[in-house]
Amino acid sequence: MSYVITAPCVADYSCVEVCPVDCISPMPDDSGFDAATQLYINPVLCVDCDACREACPVNAIFAEDQLPEKWLDYIGINAAHFQSHTQTVAEVRHDK
Amino acid sequence: MISERPLRIAIVGSGPAGMYAAGHLLEGPGGTFINGGLNQIVRRPVEVDVLERLPTPWGLIRSGVAPDHPDKKRMAAIYDSIARRQGFRFIGNVQVGRDVSPADLSQWYDGVIYAVGADDERRLGITGEDLRGSDSARAFVSWYNGHPDFSDLQFDLRCERAVLVGNGNVAMDVARILFSPISALHNTDIASHALDALGKSQLKEIVILGRRGPEHAAFNYPELMELGELADTAISVEGADLSLTPENADYETQLKVAALAKLCKEKSQGSRRIVFRFNAAPTAIVGGGQVAQINVVDRRDQSEQVLNAGLVLAAIGYRGLAIDGLPFDDVRGVIPSCDSRIVDNGIAIAGAYVTGWIKRGPKGIIGSNKKCARDAVTAVMVDVDSNLLPMEGTLSAAQVLEAINARVSVTLGFSGWQKIDRQEQSDGRAQGRPRLKMTATGAMLGLVTAG
Repeated sequence: MSYVITAPCVADYSCVEVCPVDCISPMPDDSGFDAATQLYINPVLCVDCDACREACPVNAIFAEDQLPEKWLDYIGINAAHFQSHTQTVAEVRHDK
Repeated sequence: MISERPLRIAIVGSGPAGMYAAGHLLEGPGGTFINGGLNQIVRRPVEVDVLERLPTPWGLIRSGVAPDHPDKKRMAAIYDSIARRQGFRFIGNVQVGRDVSPADLSQWYDGVIYAVGADDERRLGITGEDLRGSDSARAFVSWYNGHPDFSDLQFDLRCERAVLVGNGNVAMDVARILFSPISALHNTDIASHALDALGKSQLKEIVILGRRGPEHAAFNYPELMELGELADTAISVEGADLSLTPENADYETQLKVAALAKLCKEKSQGSRRIVFRFNAAPTAIVGGGQVAQINVVDRRDQSEQVLNAGLVLAAIGYRGLAIDGLPFDDVRGVIPSCDSRIVDNGIAIAGAYVTGWIKRGPKGIIGSNKKCARDAVTAVMVDVDSNLLPMEGTLSAAQVLEAINARVSVTLGFSGWQKIDRQEQSDGRAQGRPRLKMTATGAMLGLVTAG
C-alpha cells in the first residue's frame, strides 16, 4: 500500500518536513517546486507511517485504502509522477 | 554577539506569503525545512508586526479561495496558530502607501518584508471592456467572497450566457460557482449578496475562451474535474480536436486533455452547458451601456463570430500594484528584487524585502509562498548577521503602535479580528451556514470598537 496526495493539496510541504524516507516530491528546493500544482508520494518508497497525513493542513493525504472514491485516480497520478507516464494517461482516457 | 533587544520586522500583508514569512521569522521548535532537512535559521528573538490594510487577515485564503473549497480554507488555521506565537502582532486597517509610507516603516523597523500580493489585474485591451456586465474575474471572485472593496458591485445574472475570457483555475472557480446549486453554496461562507444574485441567475451557458489549443489550457486537472461534478451540466469543446494532442506533451497536459475529452463524452446532456472554446480571442465587447455580445475571432482561420452574452469576465491574470515610495517593474507588475531584496535601479535597498506574488508575479499555489517566504526570511537573517540592516534609531513595539495610531483613526489587533471572526461564525450558525461574512469595513470596525 501507499499514501496518496489528492486534489486539495496546496504544496504547503508540511508532509515533506515529516516524511522519514523523503518519498514526497517535488521538495521545496527541487527545480519543479515553484510550478508544481500539487505534491506526490512515491508509492514504491512510502513506508505507510501516516506522518504525512497527520501533518497535512488541508486533509489532502489518505492511505490508499481510505481514499474517497472521487479521488481514486490520484493513485495513478501520484505514481505517474515517478515513472513513465504513458500508461496512466491511457487509463484515464479509456478505462475510468 | 547576539544583541539583547529583539529584531523588529514589519510584514506588509497578512495573506499566505506574509503569514508564512511571520511563521519562519517566529520559527517553530522544529526549525525550517532548508537544504533537505529541518534546520534552525533564526538564532535570535524576533518581534513581527503584520500590517494589513483590511480589518481581516489571511488575504486570498479569505477573499480568493473559492467558498466551496473548505479544505484549502483550512490553511487559515495554520496562519492562526502562527499568529498566536510569542512575538506576533497583527495591526489591521493600516494601508502602507496611504496611511504610512515605506520611508516611515524603514525608520520604525529593523527590516520590512512586503507581501502585498497582486491587487490588480491584466486587462483585455479591447473596446467595450468597461461596459456594465463586463468586469474582471478577480472582481467577481472578490465580490462573491465578500471582500469589502468589491461588495458594492452588482452582477446581474439574469441573462442566458456568460463568457469567461481565459481558461485558468480562476475561470474554473467562477464557472463552478455560477453553476453550483444554491443549496450547496448555502453551506459555504459565500457572501450573502452573491448568494442572492446567484439565486436569480438565469444562466444556461458559460463559454470559456482560450487563446490557444487545449494543450496550452491553463486550468489544472482537479479544477477541471470539479466541473464534471456539476449536475445537469453538459460539457463540450469547440475550436479544437482533442484527439490531436501531441504525444510528446508532458504528463499533466496529457492528463488534462484526456480528462476533458472524457468529460465531453460522459457529460453530453444537460439543461445547462459549459463550452470550452479554444483558439479563440475576443476582439470587442458590444452593447448599449450593458454588455449584449462579445465578438470572437477563431485564431486558426481568422473567422469571426458574435456571441450574445450578458456577462463577460476577464480571467487573464492578476497583476501587482505599485506602492507609493517603492520601485515597481511596470512590465512584470512586481516590485523588482534580487534574492528577495528590493532593488532600485540595480541597488538593494537596505532592510527592504519582498515575498509572494508581488515578488514572483501571480504564479504558483498557496504553498509556493512558503518556500518564497523562507527565502525572504533567510535573506533578512543573512543581512542581520552581516550588519547590513539599518537598526539604529528604530522604534519599540509600543512606539510604533503610537505612531500608527497617530495616522489612522481606528486600527485593530488580533483580538479585534477574533471578535469579527466569532461574530461571523455565530451569525452563520443562526442561518445554518458555517460563517456569515461581514463585508463592510465600517461595520467591522464598529464591532471591534464597540464595548
